[in-house]
Amino acid sequence: MSYLRLLGAFFRVSVLSELAYRVNFFVQLFQSLLELATAIAGLAVIFTYTNTLGGWRPDEVLALVGVYFLVGGLIGLVIQPGMAQLIDSVRDGTLDFTLTKPEDAQLLVSVGHVEIWKLIDIVLGASVLASALLRLGERVGWSQAALFGAMLLAGGAIIYSFWLMLATLSFWFVRVENILEIFRSMYEAGRWPVSLYPGWLRFALTFVVPVAFATTVPAEALTGRLSSQTLLGAALLAVALLVVSRLFWRVGLRQYSGTSA
Amino acid sequence: MRGLAQLYAQQFKTTFAAMVQYRASLVIWMIAQVLEPLVYLIVWSTVASGSGGSVGDYTTRAFAGYFILLLLVNHVSYTWIMYEYEYRIREGLLSFALLKPVHPIHADIAENLSSKGITTPFMLVVAGGLALIFQPLITPAPWALLASVPVLALAFLVRFLLEWALAQVAFWTTRVSATNQAYFVLVLFLSGQIAPLTLFPWPIQAVAAVLPFRWLIGFPVELLLGRLTPAQALTGLGAQAVWLVISLALVRWVWRAGVRIYSAVGA
Repeated sequence: MSYLRLLGAFFRVSVLSELAYRVNFFVQLFQSLLELATAIAGLAVIFTYTNTLGGWRPDEVLALVGVYFLVGGLIGLVIQPGMAQLIDSVRDGTLDFTLTKPEDAQLLVSVGHVEIWKLIDIVLGASVLASALLRLGERVGWSQAALFGAMLLAGGAIIYSFWLMLATLSFWFVRVENILEIFRSMYEAGRWPVSLYPGWLRFALTFVVPVAFATTVPAEALTGRLSSQTLLGAALLAVALLVVSRLFWRVGLRQYSGTSA
Repeated sequence: MRGLAQLYAQQFKTTFAAMVQYRASLVIWMIAQVLEPLVYLIVWSTVASGSGGSVGDYTTRAFAGYFILLLLVNHVSYTWIMYEYEYRIREGLLSFALLKPVHPIHADIAENLSSKGITTPFMLVVAGGLALIFQPLITPAPWALLASVPVLALAFLVRFLLEWALAQVAFWTTRVSATNQAYFVLVLFLSGQIAPLTLFPWPIQAVAAVLPFRWLIGFPVELLLGRLTPAQALTGLGAQAVWLVISLALVRWVWRAGVRIYSAVGA
């Protein structure tokens, strides 16, 4: 519970400080709408020539785009800013201040920074998803919705652990922002079902940079394509990565020597 | 003229040294550059093989050729000057460039060319690898290969001038990310990066024909792919020439107006 209270407090602080820069809201809104319009227009061009893309119908691909924006918004809202800040604070030694606080340091670095305007992406993604679901109609039942929620959670946990492990590398190597850039550009590939890609690329998007778990797998759950192996695999991987990243974080923290030490 | 040659030579040395320092950034940049055309290549190939092997007059292998060439053509004309300028103006670094006796655009062109000189071999290797995987169909006539030399040179120059002019927007506002993104969306759709323009409905093709982007990216790709007649190639060259004149005028005008209102940080 205290986790949620902390997240709430950090969120409030971010809101208060960002409200001083209200134009940023409109800038972000403009950019998000533009990006969404681009994605949808691209689909429109492609679906003038075909009815299905790798077995996915237009509304299903639209749902995937919704998931892509939703998850991208979540990453941009809390995971990415927190991890970017962690890397910076390891470099300049300000992590000292975080470590002296009574709460768990992993928690503090994970939720301590919130980029509130990314909520726009979450809202837009959810609306696209909702409108796609309305068009899919009865084919999506409660069980699919529950599976979707579970896979979204698993995907979120996988992505979070992945970022945390990369950011933890900064205890040994000072410049790791670059690796995070790779994730950013590879995430774009998650706008399409990964089943389209040739084997080597699908493998990379599943196990090297786990984009597939963040977008394709939840969308598969929603459209009733999820195999029980994928379901089980995603759930196991999520738990395993949460544990491993926690252990890795603690090893990394032992390595940390602070500013003036 | 000799002064300029020296400037370009010196810039090459500086850029080379800087890029050797930032090898990791190079790899990341390559991934970002390759991924987008690769994704569209795969998407369109899937569409083509799902509808009897072709879409319009593009077969699966023609799509592969189109997007692999797109990767190379885009690499030739690509610039990052808009990000660079925003930073320069915000931090007041432009003041140093203003002290130099030559127009600052020369240093920018030299930097762009020299970093391309270093990255092009890597890009060719990647394109070669993709060609092995996707078996593209690329059949240019000898005249088209010859014509591609001036076409690519003009594509580079016009795109550089246009984006350099756009970069000057930073003189007026520091929130250039919004204008940049709007620009990229225009380029994405109207240059042929999402799909060959002949697959778009005719109103979009008509709009694309009067804007520069198609002539800077889609046109060179189609030329190298071997899809244009000599008359079409001449039309394209003509359009590029017209846009060269317009973009030169634009650069002159925006630069003069911008420098007048520039007040460096701390000045």
